[in-house]
Amino acid sequence: MAVQVELFLQTLIAGILLGGLYALIGIGMTLIMGVMKIINLAHGELMMVGMYIAFWLFTLLHIDPYISVFVAAPLLFILGIGLQKFLINPVLKVESILPENQVILTVGIGMVLANLATIFFTSNYRSTPVAYATKAFYLTDYWKNSPVDISLSFSWALSFLIAVIITVMLWFFLTRTDTGKSIRATAQDLDAALIMGVNVGRMRAATFGIGCALVGAAGCLFLPIYYLFPALGGQFTLIAFVITILGGLGSTNGAIIGGVILGIFESMTATYLGMGWAPVGRFLIFVAALVFLPGGVASLLRSKKLGK
Amino acid sequence: MKKNLPIIIILILLTVLPLVGLSSYMMHILVLVIIYSMIGMAWNLLGGYCGQVSFGHAAYFGVGAYTAGLLYSKLGVSPWWGLILSIVVVTAFSLVIGFICLRLRGPYFALATLAMGEVFRVVAENLVKFTGGDVGILIRERTWVVKTWYYYIILLLGIGTFFIVKKVIESKLGYYFVSIREDQDAANSLGINTTLYKTIALCLSGALTGVAGAFYMNYMGYIDPKVVFALHDISIVTIMVVMVGGVATYWGPTIGAIIMVFLAELIRSNPSLGVAHQTLFGILLIFIIIFLPNGIVGDFPKLRKLFRLGGTPT
Repeated sequence: MAVQVELFLQTLIAGILLGGLYALIGIGMTLIMGVMKIINLAHGELMMVGMYIAFWLFTLLHIDPYISVFVAAPLLFILGIGLQKFLINPVLKVESILPENQVILTVGIGMVLANLATIFFTSNYRSTPVAYATKAFYLTDYWKNSPVDISLSFSWALSFLIAVIITVMLWFFLTRTDTGKSIRATAQDLDAALIMGVNVGRMRAATFGIGCALVGAAGCLFLPIYYLFPALGGQFTLIAFVITILGGLGSTNGAIIGGVILGIFESMTATYLGMGWAPVGRFLIFVAALVFLPGGVASLLRSKKLGK
Repeated sequence: MKKNLPIIIILILLTVLPLVGLSSYMMHILVLVIIYSMIGMAWNLLGGYCGQVSFGHAAYFGVGAYTAGLLYSKLGVSPWWGLILSIVVVTAFSLVIGFICLRLRGPYFALATLAMGEVFRVVAENLVKFTGGDVGILIRERTWVVKTWYYYIILLLGIGTFFIVKKVIESKLGYYFVSIREDQDAANSLGINTTLYKTIALCLSGALTGVAGAFYMNYMGYIDPKVVFALHDISIVTIMVVMVGGVATYWGPTIGAIIMVFLAELIRSNPSLGVAHQTLFGILLIFIIIFLPNGIVGDFPKLRKLFRLGGTPT
């Protein structure tokens, strides 16, 4: 019995830690979706770019992946603004039969990024052998008579902590600064924001940049606990999308909760059904959200007067 | 009669083409062109005319292929029966997929179908007892060694698809589809049951793709989840075929398939370019979307004008 409880708690904790990181990926996508009304299908590939930046900084200059957050995030910000300015904006202006052209465009961007990574860095699986990779905390070390023993990996905990810090900082940015408020205004009503004197074009570029920077930061945080290969983008794009649907489209608070739910659900399927089924579990929760809760968690929050 | 003359000429040309004595490799490429144009036409029905952009057509293709493959490996029946059975099976799957995904609109539908395609692949990989997992299905005895008969069968299927799509689009159904694409709410308010017609479009499109998948199983003799449920090589190439050729045009998917398949072969046969084929495809996709958003057929007047300005006086 104790073993079962232990396994369950351990899975739950792993799920929450994973969920915190997922939330960071999801927020980036939901921000872009809210403000620009487009889905960025290159999201996972941008995360892959962030991971490679951190990986090479570690391999060549021995910079810790957690410090590379400060390098990768600004670089991804610039890359995001460039993509927005030179590729996405021109397409928004083009007249065509299908309005989904921008989505297909981001697929194209993702393909190019993933393939370029394969060409330049080969398709080998890589990981960063950080010194603290095997370090962990044990519950019994702190509480001698604990009935169950739970371990907490140092790098997982640190990644989670930084993800939370970034999320809180983003929350302050969006609610307390002028730029943040302008971004939220643009998301709510583009025309009204324009009339109020918000530079909508600049806000859109900034949002795309911030979304990319967030996912780049998430990539750096994932690097010490995950492995890296060029094709990893696709699965993270899907994860980000599932989180956005689960959380409610364009809702930042929803994305956080959605990320945690998905993280817990995924580690549960991995523990009790097997690793290979994790993508199916991910999809089941996605279908369940669509069928039973079409507005996502955000609609629940709204009906309880908790969210904005 | 006069209106149909070009079609008849093309049909005759296609029928006598194998008699010229093309190499086996050339025949293989022709078969691939027709397979992709068939999937492209099916995609066009749903994406181009009904406006529901699907990123998961590999799901239907794969289910069709696995229907034929499992008939052979589990029941010992000739996989050719899969061509007929796959229509039923894929339609059933399409109904389920439609029930879930058609609640979403626009880009959200696109992503949901993308997830669908991936899930089918993962399920096929993990249900080892049923599908054989990553080992795949191999048909040991091929029906023909020469490719001529395969060519005629797929040609027949391709022509059938072309006329089915044409008939559907010219009927009342086609007008419903286009009205849904242009404005779903307006269509709804005019009394069109949008959910029903979107489901019809999805089932038709899925079934046609499934038949192509079943043929693929018979033709290639080997499938595994990574081949038939491939996101890039099936789902996205399908979209590219239609985007390059022309969205919502009859000939677009065929033109697109010719260009894409020949381009792919050209790139892959060049060793230094081979590794970069996805980059080149991606750049082509970006280029097409920015400069020719309606494809070669759709933007033909624009292209003609461009070349006239280019200095060839006509």
